[in-house]
Amino acid sequence: MVAPTAVPRGAATTMSEPLIEGIAGRNRRTMQQFLNVALNGLSQGAIYAAFALALVLIWRSTRIINFAQGSMGMFTTYIALALIESGRSYWVGFAVALLAGLLLGALVERLVIRRVEGGPELNAVIVTLGLFVALQALAAILFGATYRSFPAPFGLHGFDVGGVNIALTPFNLFAIGAVVVVMLALVALFRFTDVGLRMRASAFNQEVSRLLGVPVGRMLTLGWALAAMVGSLSGLLIAGGSLVFPAYMDAVIVYGFVAAVLGGLDSPVGAVVGGLVMGMTLSVVSGYLGSELVALAALAILVTVLLVRPRGLFSRTAVRQV
Amino acid sequence: MTETAALEVRDLTASYGPVTALDGVTIRAERGRITAVLGANGAGKTTLLRSVSGLVPTSSGQVLLGDRELTRASAETIARAGIAQVPEGRGVITELTVEENLRLGDLLGTARRRQRHRLEQVYALFPVLAERRRRDAHSLSGGERQMLVIGRALLCAPEVLLLDEPSLGLAPQIVAQIFGVLRELVDHDGMTVLLVEQNARSALSIADAGFVLNLGRVVAGDSAAVLAADDDLRHAYLGF
Repeated sequence: MVAPTAVPRGAATTMSEPLIEGIAGRNRRTMQQFLNVALNGLSQGAIYAAFALALVLIWRSTRIINFAQGSMGMFTTYIALALIESGRSYWVGFAVALLAGLLLGALVERLVIRRVEGGPELNAVIVTLGLFVALQALAAILFGATYRSFPAPFGLHGFDVGGVNIALTPFNLFAIGAVVVVMLALVALFRFTDVGLRMRASAFNQEVSRLLGVPVGRMLTLGWALAAMVGSLSGLLIAGGSLVFPAYMDAVIVYGFVAAVLGGLDSPVGAVVGGLVMGMTLSVVSGYLGSELVALAALAILVTVLLVRPRGLFSRTAVRQV
Repeated sequence: MTETAALEVRDLTASYGPVTALDGVTIRAERGRITAVLGANGAGKTTLLRSVSGLVPTSSGQVLLGDRELTRASAETIARAGIAQVPEGRGVITELTVEENLRLGDLLGTARRRQRHRLEQVYALFPVLAERRRRDAHSLSGGERQMLVIGRALLCAPEVLLLDEPSLGLAPQIVAQIFGVLRELVDHDGMTVLLVEQNARSALSIADAGFVLNLGRVVAGDSAAVLAADDDLRHAYLGF
C-alpha cells in the first residue's frame, strides 16, 4: 500500500571497533533513523493530505463521504499506466489521468450522486461503497488483477547528504511539490475567484445561493470533479515507483479518511494538517514499533479523535449528532 | 392598475403534502411602489414569497415579471431574471465574511449588467458593514445581519425586491433606518418592493398598497390608506 522508500541501514557495529566510536556511531545512526522516519512521514503525509483534501471538498459541498475516492484514483492511475505502457511519456499519462479524474468526478456526481443527494445519508454511503467495489472489479476486468509496476518520472534513490544516504528521493520531492502546488491552486481558486466564492456559497447554504442566482447543481459537479482530480493525483503519487493492483489504494482510503476526520472533515487546512500528522505518526510507528502496527495505529488515532474531540482539530461547525 | 405590474401572481396554488398553503392567490406589485402582504402567522405569506422565488413548487397559477412568465422556473433563473429575495432570518451565509456575502450579490448584479448600487454605496448606506467587512458573518448581530442581506440584495440590482419580515427582532431605530432606505430606493431608483410583514401597522405606514392573506387566500387588497382605515379588517386580520 505504501511506496517502498529507500531506508538506509547503517553499517553494523562490529565488536572490534573502539567503544567511543561505537557510541558516536550509534548516536549518529539514531539521528539518521529519526531523520529518515521524519522524511518518510513527510512524503507519505503529503499524499494522505491530498487524499484527505479530496474527501473534505466533497464532504463540505454534499455532506457525503466519498468511499469510492480511492477506487476512482486507482482507476485513473491505471489509465495512465495503459498510456505509458503503450509508449507515451510519463507526463502524458500523468496529465490524462488528472483530466480523467476531473471527468470521472463530474460523471459520478451527475449520474449517480445527484440521485441520492438530499435523501437519507445511508443511501449515499451505500452508493459510494458500491462504486468503490464496482470500480475495483471493473479495473480487474479491464487491466487485470495482477501486480504491475508503475514508473516514476524521477529517481527513487535517496539523496546523499554529507555522505549519508537519506530517505528522501527526487520522486518524494516531486510528490510533495505536486501536492503543495495543487493545494495552493485550490486555495487561490476558493479565496480569490468568483467561481470559488460561488462554490463555497453552494457548499454552505444551497437555498440562499440559489436565491442569489448561483447555479448550485453545476457548482456541486465542479466540486466533485476537482476533488476527484486531487484524488487521482494521490493515486498517481502513491503508485509512482511502486506496484499497482486494483486494491492498492485501500489503505490510503483508511489513512486519508482518518486524516480528514482528524482535521475536522469541514476544513481544507485541517485535511492538510491531518494528512501530515497521519504520515508522521504512521512513519514513527512503522519505523520504531513495526510496520504491522500501522493499521492499528490509524484505528487508534481515529478512535481517540472521536472520543476526545469529535469535531476534529479545525472544524468550525458543531459536533454532528449521530 | 392599467399598466403592467412589475410582478403579478395569478391564481397561485401551492401545498405542503395534504396542507394547502396558497389557495388561488392573486396579487400584483406595481412598478416603483411598495406593496405589503399582511396576515397572521400561517396565512401563507412566506410561502407566497418562496413560490415566487421558485423555492416552493406550485401546483397551478402563474408568476409574471413584467411580461415574462416565470412560473415553475428554477430559483437561479428567477434570481437572474431580476427578482431578489431577502429571506426571513437565515439569509446570511455565516461561514463567509461580510464582504464575501456582499460579493455574491454583486456577482449576480454584474451578470445582469445593471448595477445601480456598488459595494461602496452599500457600505455608505450601512457603515457598520464596512467596519466588519473582513469578519465572518456569524459574528454579526441580528440587525447587522438584516442590513447585510438587504445590502446584498441591492447589489443584485433587482427589478423586484421581495422582503420577508425585515423588521423581525430588530430595534425600532434600525427598522426605521431600513424602511427609510427602502423608501428611497423605490422613490429614486424606481425599484419595486414586495414586503411581507406581520407587523401590519408599520408595514402600512411605509407601503403604497397592500394585500391581506388569511389561510392561503387573499381576503382584501387595496391602497395602504384604505386598508389602514378599514376597522373591521384591522380587527379581524391585522391585530391593531
